[in-house]
Amino acid sequence: MMVYTKTYDAPPIDRREIMRYAGVRGDAPEIEAILDECLKESENKLTYKLCYGEFPVSFFVSVDSKDLKKHLEGCDKVILFAATVGIGIDRLISRYASISPTKSLLFQAIGAERIEALCDEFNSEFVGSRFSPGYGDLPLEFQKEIFRLLDCPKRIGLTLNESMLMSPTKSVTAIIGVK
Amino acid sequence: MNIIDFLKNNIVFLDGGMGTLLQGRGLAAGELPERWNIEHPEVIVDIHRAYFDAGSNIVNTNTFGANILKFSAEELDRIVKAAIENARKAAELSVGSQEKFVALDIGPTGKMLKPYGDLDFEDAVRIFAETVKLGVKHGADLIVIETMNDSYETKAALLAAKENSALPVFVSNAYSEDGKLMTGASPAAMVAMLEGMGADAIGVNCSLGPKALAPVVEEYLKYASVPVLLKPNAGLPCSVCGETHYDVSADEFAAEVAALVKKGVRIAGGCCGTTPEYISATVKACEGIKPTAIQKKNITCVSSYTHAVIFDEAPILIGERINPTGKKRFKEALKAHDIGYILKEGIAEQDKGVHILDVNVGLPDIDEVSMLTEVVCELQAIIDLPLQIDTSNAAAMESALRRYNGKAMINSVSGKQESMDAVFPLAKKYGGLIVALTLDDSGIPSTAEERFEIAKRILAEAEKYGIDKKDLIFDPLAMTISADTGAARETLRAVGMIKRELGCHTSLGVSNVSFGLPNRDVINSNFFALALGRGLSAAIMNPYSAEMMNTYYSYRALAGLDENCSDFISSVQSVGTVAQTVTEVKENFASELQKAIVKGLKDRAADLTESMIAENDPLLIVQNEIIPALDTVGVGFEKKTVYLPQLLMSAEAAKSAFEVIKAHMPSGKASDKPPFVIATVKGDIHDIGKNIVKLILENYGYPVCDLGRDVPPEKIVEETVRLHAPIVGLSALMTTTVPAMEETIKQLRKKAPWAKIIVGGAVLNREYAERIGADKYAKDAMEAVRYAEAMQNAKC
Repeated sequence: MMVYTKTYDAPPIDRREIMRYAGVRGDAPEIEAILDECLKESENKLTYKLCYGEFPVSFFVSVDSKDLKKHLEGCDKVILFAATVGIGIDRLISRYASISPTKSLLFQAIGAERIEALCDEFNSEFVGSRFSPGYGDLPLEFQKEIFRLLDCPKRIGLTLNESMLMSPTKSVTAIIGVK
Repeated sequence: MNIIDFLKNNIVFLDGGMGTLLQGRGLAAGELPERWNIEHPEVIVDIHRAYFDAGSNIVNTNTFGANILKFSAEELDRIVKAAIENARKAAELSVGSQEKFVALDIGPTGKMLKPYGDLDFEDAVRIFAETVKLGVKHGADLIVIETMNDSYETKAALLAAKENSALPVFVSNAYSEDGKLMTGASPAAMVAMLEGMGADAIGVNCSLGPKALAPVVEEYLKYASVPVLLKPNAGLPCSVCGETHYDVSADEFAAEVAALVKKGVRIAGGCCGTTPEYISATVKACEGIKPTAIQKKNITCVSSYTHAVIFDEAPILIGERINPTGKKRFKEALKAHDIGYILKEGIAEQDKGVHILDVNVGLPDIDEVSMLTEVVCELQAIIDLPLQIDTSNAAAMESALRRYNGKAMINSVSGKQESMDAVFPLAKKYGGLIVALTLDDSGIPSTAEERFEIAKRILAEAEKYGIDKKDLIFDPLAMTISADTGAARETLRAVGMIKRELGCHTSLGVSNVSFGLPNRDVINSNFFALALGRGLSAAIMNPYSAEMMNTYYSYRALAGLDENCSDFISSVQSVGTVAQTVTEVKENFASELQKAIVKGLKDRAADLTESMIAENDPLLIVQNEIIPALDTVGVGFEKKTVYLPQLLMSAEAAKSAFEVIKAHMPSGKASDKPPFVIATVKGDIHDIGKNIVKLILENYGYPVCDLGRDVPPEKIVEETVRLHAPIVGLSALMTTTVPAMEETIKQLRKKAPWAKIIVGGAVLNREYAERIGADKYAKDAMEAVRYAEAMQNAKC
């Protein structure tokens, strides 16, 4: 049950997706200009770290979640992974909260797009789709199990707090069923 | 022989991996390996013995995750006891004839510290302290703190070790590929902090193979004045035919480690993927290498959680703006507990290019201990500059130093015995670069010679505590020349004498020199230039002064410290004013100010307000200009023609107009609306939504009491009662924190029955809000404002 750690290069940026996360649904040239500044400032503050392991499906049969069972139907093994773009983006979000809420919001959107892009890149190496704690009836408590199996704090600096929140916040844990 | 003595003349060998070997012996994924000390002692003894047989001088007990977060106090005691016994037994059984030691192994808690996680710094210290005490009780020879990937948690662990034992402590951090800790610290920053706190050896383990870690190790060797430790992985794991291997073989590993031992590493072993074979190969490869003598590096520096600032030839600028002295608005912010205002000052100073921030929050009627500590914590959450903690209150100094994530500058000690008795023990315990003022019980002497004598006395006293002269920086005190013609001359002479004859760095609060004179910036900057010429290392100064910044950049260029004069050239270019371009729009606005707010032009809104205020009642500007402009944007937002970032830009512009108005109001208030208490509930650290609501409410003139995030119900109730606030806003993003919201509402109903409660956040909706007893669910900031306004109107 080996767990691997991987560091990625920055995946390509999807500006429209960032704007969507920021609540922009149409043209907003003045916001685009601020987004450029934010992208530049966040560039060397982002890290793309991921740890994963392959586990037999039998590991998860006892999990009380119909949706997870359905997701893993016909699979004989699963890939469990945790990914984070690091604490730097959280610091930027906090820093700008007091001087420019607009930028704070955009950093938030950048972080959301970046972590999804990282997950997509990893996910593209497998056929199955990913399923995370909190989706459907899979309880957030399942985070504990993922953290226990992957040892996320040591491997990628990802931690879980008492309310099942992850720090750094721009992080994802998920399970991919492999047929 | 104890380990410190042994280390003096020998290369010390550590053990190798434990986890990978335990997995080979049947440890299941997710099983806690520490329990194997009790359940399978024979396996643990066997592994330890194999390492001693391979030549390890130190084995780490199998206690990496042994802490009270994972085990009960009773089980933890048994685990640590068994772990140390197992290692001792292995030492006895081993055929190796080398010196053998048992180290209590301490790994990270797996939790992130506040403010980005939920573990309080002092709780982290307590958790580590429990394990340390057990290690002492059961007879460990030393403590090894290892695989730490966060500087703040490393500090908590080292502090716990120092406060609860007299054992030697080795501290080892895990670096990523980018040569930094996961939370951003560079090797130089870690060396500064850990040495300052008295670690006996420091170094690097885990994450990568020896070759990949070499650049980090070399940084350690460059900066450290204590022995350097290296315990790398056997490279990276890879899967070959379904089996896991590490990609660096024992022989390659040994050769690479030996190469670094030759360069000066004094303590070597292996981490993940290494086995007794790796250690025995390493011991062999190091045979005949003469241990490098440990050299004192004489580097004067401070550090933040990301980097070290080194005092060398280039002058260091210390921003003086975080200080209430003579600043009305700053004093108000302190009294109103407006931390945001203080943070803004700090960020602005950083943007101006200072290297260190001085932090002074002393006011007669505030609790300086808690305020200074809070401001230091808030600043270091968002600003990566080292801080200079500026207080004469020893309790405040200790509290702030304790929480500071790095090696701070300590401002200040003087030649008064009382001052030295108070400050030096703190500097010894927490580390720090101490600013020493050359004055004593008889005041500030008038001549350079007398100030120099005081400096010598301070040095001698520091030496009694084992504080090296590199950790003192002298301030020979700039006095005003309008009162004493020779004042500047004597200060400048003292700078030269201290630099030349004591070999110490100096710092000055330059602006005192011009007190009482016109055109102060000109005098200050020329004085600054003269002092730099005499070897001044640092200045506490106002970074908004263009003259001072010009002097700084010119000096660097003239002193040969600015390659191609590139910093000087870019400093000149950035001085040119950046005019905010106003895109011409066809829409009709009632006024330019309204237009500026609607278009989100922050600086223009402030300028226009400033120009209007001479002829208009400030409150009328709010009523007739700001509020209508905000309403225009607000309506657009509700109709979805204005997007959220645009709404925020307008809100920022309105806020900058408000700041101007506030400055012109005698009371400092821009409206008579009632206070609005707002918080993200306990357990939740998301605050973007809450901050947006706060900003918009402030725009509409509500004094918002923002309690922050992860706020316990009791605190929210307390503030609501204290302010008799008619409205409370609560935010929660996670389903797991909604119960905390419900509990808060319950307590508010009991103790503050008058208060109306608005809730919001991603997981909430109208029904949910009703179910937990809120008065109102607001889907966004505008809805919260509309509700507050409706409540106001109902009252009138």
